[in-house]
Amino acid sequence: MRIAMTYTRLRVEERMLIDAFEDLGADVTPIDLRTVVFNPTSLGEWAQYDAVFDRSLSLTNTLTSIRILESLGVRCINPLHAIETCADKLATTLAFIRAGVPTPEVRVAVDSDSGLDAIEQLGYPCVLKPTVGSWGRLVSRINDRDAAESILEHREVLGSVNHSVVYAQEHINKPDRDIRVFVVGGNAIAAIERRSEHWLTNTARGAVAAGMEVTPELADLSTRAVASVGADIAAVDLLECPSRGLLVNEINHSMEFRNSTTTTGVDIHRVVAQHTLDIAQAHASQAAGDGDIHPVQRACDASIDGEGAGSSGTPEREGVLA
Amino acid sequence: MSTATITATCPECDATVNFDRAPLNGEIARCTDCSAELEVINTDPITLELAPEVEEDWGE
Ligand SMILES: Nc1ncnc2c1ncn2[C@@H]1O[C@H](COP(=O)(O)OP(=O)(O)O)[C@@H](O)[C@H]1O
Ligand SMILES: [Mg+2]
Ligand SMILES: [Zn+2]
Repeated sequence: MRIAMTYTRLRVEERMLIDAFEDLGADVTPIDLRTVVFNPTSLGEWAQYDAVFDRSLSLTNTLTSIRILESLGVRCINPLHAIETCADKLATTLAFIRAGVPTPEVRVAVDSDSGLDAIEQLGYPCVLKPTVGSWGRLVSRINDRDAAESILEHREVLGSVNHSVVYAQEHINKPDRDIRVFVVGGNAIAAIERRSEHWLTNTARGAVAAGMEVTPELADLSTRAVASVGADIAAVDLLECPSRGLLVNEINHSMEFRNSTTTTGVDIHRVVAQHTLDIAQAHASQAAGDGDIHPVQRACDASIDGEGAGSSGTPEREGVLA
Repeated sequence: MSTATITATCPECDATVNFDRAPLNGEIARCTDCSAELEVINTDPITLELAPEVEEDWGE
């Protein structure tokens, strides 16, 4: 199998993944997205890969590349729809609600005044988050009306339009940790707790991770959550609510795991690489059944055949765009 | 290949940065002397630059 691993910065995780692919006998090509020019009508060099595994640190770069590649018929991991859902906390919340996955209460508003009402509906403390963001950046706990008013004013004056949406979440009075479950191919393969004295328990913010057992409840909830967003490989963050039990907070489509292999005893990178290969294999067999040509390529070939000088008769293959 | 043969110079403090294998473009390394976070911007010869600050759209 030939896998392209796209990236913008090569971290420890990407190194571990490259090693895992090579150990499994796969041919993996790391591709720095900053060096690529995409042609949305032609697969070009990408035709040689059975799947593209996105590991870009930049969400913009991920979305740009995966939109084009998936449109060209390349099997991307994760699929575009899963990335778009996970990358946006509102989209994630909506997917959870539709699927009946327990999640903290949310109120949404598009204006500062209605934003204040949204916050007051939830009561204090509550949590305000940018809908797109990670590593705990700008995730704020609001303890009273004064804080709510000032944060909304700051956003209005200093923030970009992206921050004009008020996504307010019920504050969960969790113990001094949250839980992260790694889900690969529909299986909950490992779990960690992230412990901190700070209410933000991102390891990027100094929380300390330790391995924990994947209980049947954790496995059930996290696999259902991942299924609701359609991700192949993801890390699910859960909060323990004293009254309602486990709630799913969010899903990360491009997870970090460098320290989690030792704390959990699970070679996460190996399981991830193996699952990526399985997907690539399945996609390659399916493509072989289709004449080994990606749909858009087929469409483009067909339209070229149709217009080509001296082209005799109708194109053999069905053209989607033609 | 001995592990000490792949080296580059820290742009911040001039110390030698060792790689245990040939790095790729975009690879992140840390200088053990000044602990600056560095990025490989060229692989032949290996050239390092201070890694950029976290951008707003970076993350998991
Ligand atoms: N509703 C909440 N109640 C309590 N703690 C929360 C809540 N939402 C987030 N947190 C804490 O903040 C951290 C970061 O929030 P999260 O929604 O995961 O955003 P990010 O994508 O930046 O990681 C979580 O790991 C958790 O510790
Ligand atoms: Mg999180
Ligand atoms: Zn240095």
